[in-house]
Amino acid sequence: MSLSDKDKAAVRALWSTISKSSDAIGNDALSRMIVVYPQTKIYFSHWPEVIPGSIHIKEHGKKVMGGIELAVSKIDDLKTGLFELSEQHAFKLRVDPGNFKILNHCILVVIATMFPKEFTPEAHVSLDKFLSGVALALAERYR
Amino acid sequence: MVEWTDFERDTIQDIFSRMEYDVVGPAALARCLVVYPWTQRYFGGFGNLYNAAAIKGNPMVSKHGTTIMHGLDRAVKNLDDIENTYTELSVLHSEKLHVDPDNFKLLADCVTIVVAAQLGKEFTGEVQAAFQKFLAVVVSSLGRQYH
Repeated sequence: MSLSDKDKAAVRALWSTISKSSDAIGNDALSRMIVVYPQTKIYFSHWPEVIPGSIHIKEHGKKVMGGIELAVSKIDDLKTGLFELSEQHAFKLRVDPGNFKILNHCILVVIATMFPKEFTPEAHVSLDKFLSGVALALAERYR
Repeated sequence: MVEWTDFERDTIQDIFSRMEYDVVGPAALARCLVVYPWTQRYFGGFGNLYNAAAIKGNPMVSKHGTTIMHGLDRAVKNLDDIENTYTELSVLHSEKLHVDPDNFKLLADCVTIVVAAQLGKEFTGEVQAAFQKFLAVVVSSLGRQYH
């Protein structure tokens, strides 16, 4: 399910609209994730507390959205573009790749709540394909 | 038997009591057919599904979307016995409609996205958790009679 030119254009267009809110999106997506999928909290056990909207969540949300921004800029070759991030997730963070799908879903839900008009079914399919591609690229170095 | 907290019960019933079934249903089904195009395999008799605009404007898709939401209504009214409530519907989806049960989750995700878009800020993490728990029970019950 590789990205067509239409998908890439849709992702770039949507990103240009939502990127100014990327801090808020990152915060909401992660806050939501730890509530809706409490098992994901295990990856943050080194924080003093894992609660929605905390300073740690906010900072981490910025990091995650920074990764998404990088991915948008490398949309023509996600595997190469996200190589270092993949190495980090594979060898250092060791996040089970099943969780990428979970966070992707939360990102989609947040975008739906914040940008209902822009998040049309057409934009949704392209973004879903893109985020799936990001997840695949992040898992590339795992084994 | 699923245990529901008061918050979950109230949240689910509140969302459905305020929902416009003939808006959410068509939007969710159309979104599913666009985002996961392989689901179109079940709607061969629905006519023009060639592109997103055709799907969104297709009256059979709209009608069926509304039907599906009313089907969810049954679970809302029988939160403590969703499994038995859906026995016949499960058999129908397995024996007659031959729907891959993995597809139920895809539609459920689209319902979540549409409801999220409608409720905006109100669709907090806690509300999402309750709503997705409800849909997960529905999805599981619909898949129960497959063999």
